[in-house]
Amino acid sequence: MLRVSGLHVRYGPIAAVKGVDLEVRRGELVALLGANGAGKSTTLLAIAGALAGRQGRVELDGEAIHGLTPERIVRRGIAMVPETRDVFADLTVLENLRLGGFVHRRTPGAFEEELERQMDLFPILRERAHQAAGTLSGGEQQQLVIARALMSRPKLLLLDEPSLGLAPLIVEHIFALIGRLRESGLTILLVEQNAAQALARADRAYVMALGTIAAAGPAAEIAANTDLEAIYFGGKARGARA
Amino acid sequence: MGQVIQFAIDVLSLGSLYALMALGLVIVYGILRLVNFAYGELIMVAGYTLYLLDGTALPWLAMAAVAIVMAMVFGVLTEYVAFRPVRMKSVTAVLITSFAFSTLLQHAALLFISPRSRLVPTPALFTRTVEIAGVVVPLRNLLTIAAAVAVLALFTFLLRRTVLGIALRAAASQFRMTRMLGVPANLVITSAFAISGLLAGVVSLFWLGRIGSVVPGIGLEPLLVAFIATVIGGMRSLPGAVVGGYLLALIDVSLNTALPQALLQFRDAFTFSLVIVLLLWRPQGLIRGPATGQRT
Repeated sequence: MLRVSGLHVRYGPIAAVKGVDLEVRRGELVALLGANGAGKSTTLLAIAGALAGRQGRVELDGEAIHGLTPERIVRRGIAMVPETRDVFADLTVLENLRLGGFVHRRTPGAFEEELERQMDLFPILRERAHQAAGTLSGGEQQQLVIARALMSRPKLLLLDEPSLGLAPLIVEHIFALIGRLRESGLTILLVEQNAAQALARADRAYVMALGTIAAAGPAAEIAANTDLEAIYFGGKARGARA
Repeated sequence: MGQVIQFAIDVLSLGSLYALMALGLVIVYGILRLVNFAYGELIMVAGYTLYLLDGTALPWLAMAAVAIVMAMVFGVLTEYVAFRPVRMKSVTAVLITSFAFSTLLQHAALLFISPRSRLVPTPALFTRTVEIAGVVVPLRNLLTIAAAVAVLALFTFLLRRTVLGIALRAAASQFRMTRMLGVPANLVITSAFAISGLLAGVVSLFWLGRIGSVVPGIGLEPLLVAFIATVIGGMRSLPGAVVGGYLLALIDVSLNTALPQALLQFRDAFTFSLVIVLLLWRPQGLIRGPATGQRT
């Protein structure tokens, strides 16, 4: 479904992503793991079309999309949940969701139907519907941005660090939700630092280090690979596990 | 009592113009973090439209509608000419191109119309007066307040109830995220400039109605007023622009009443001193805008 080849991204003089190749097949949950600064978020943003200085090929269902603006890419069926969450803090929960459904605004009834679906999936959002999104807790905001992304009825969901900064119980909740979305047939590319949780649910995984793909394979294989910690901790594997 | 009513109507009518003007500046600034220096020229464009239509068979309201549309057209034109080509490249470049476009428009008016002032048509209603509790008030002032209320209501409806309005508010805090939800950047920006033109167009009718004529340099004062009002109110807050506008009018009108005749010509010096004090107290303006996000 998604094929990325030879992706390079530079922030000025700094190369953040140096030749990434990856693939996500229909219905898969693929985890993209790696330490801070490995280039995971940059890779996702580049797929979503949000970075100007990118090079390389991105194909969705065989069609090149790397030249498209972010607003066109979401129309093709890729929705993004950024690490920074980017809730519209001054807008109400409902208004946030309404913008999530922007691409289908001309289809009568599409918004109401999709809204109902998301409210069922995230009951807390129904309670908070008329509250400013900025007043929500971290976990609620995370649910809001996932729901907002789903409002566009994507084929592929790009999820960046959904567990970041959340309490363990909420993290559990979010991961259970990701599992449910996957079962419903949604294709997901998940960036996570919480490798254990991500690998437990993913079909396959890529491990990034210093802007390149350091390892790739079925999730179980990656999980069993002792190099994982070495890659995460910048080559300093902890003695006990090495 | 009579003086209080007089004072209140003066503040409200002047403040209405200041507030609408400031709002037009902030709607663009909030999204692009760039001041449109060619904004004052929209008043000029509307003014010369009225001047050129004078003598035609059109009723005044139709002329006013055409003038507003022209201000919107030139607002959007500003975006296409001065902002779009350089927006992504450099903030400095946009400052210069918007100054250049402003100068270009002024000189076009100098060259093709006249450096001297030209009369603009005003409706007979503007010159009438009404009596409220024994105070004689120009009807124009009341119409200004009514128009501002109507425009603010329309503006609020647009921003709260339409998807495009919600997108405009979203883009003011998280432009990149707004785009990643499928809202085209250019649609947001062009709409902001069109709304900005609409506001300037409405203001021009009453602003020029007070003076009765238009000159090529007419835009400077409204631009300055709008800028100061937004600085007072908070550069990125829409309610702040409205509050700032009315507050600036309150300061101006109070000084007009309080200052002795000899000092009246220095009124602006007093106004700006007060603005400085206000900013020392609240450097970010009275009302903080939405949380900052990305510009593109």
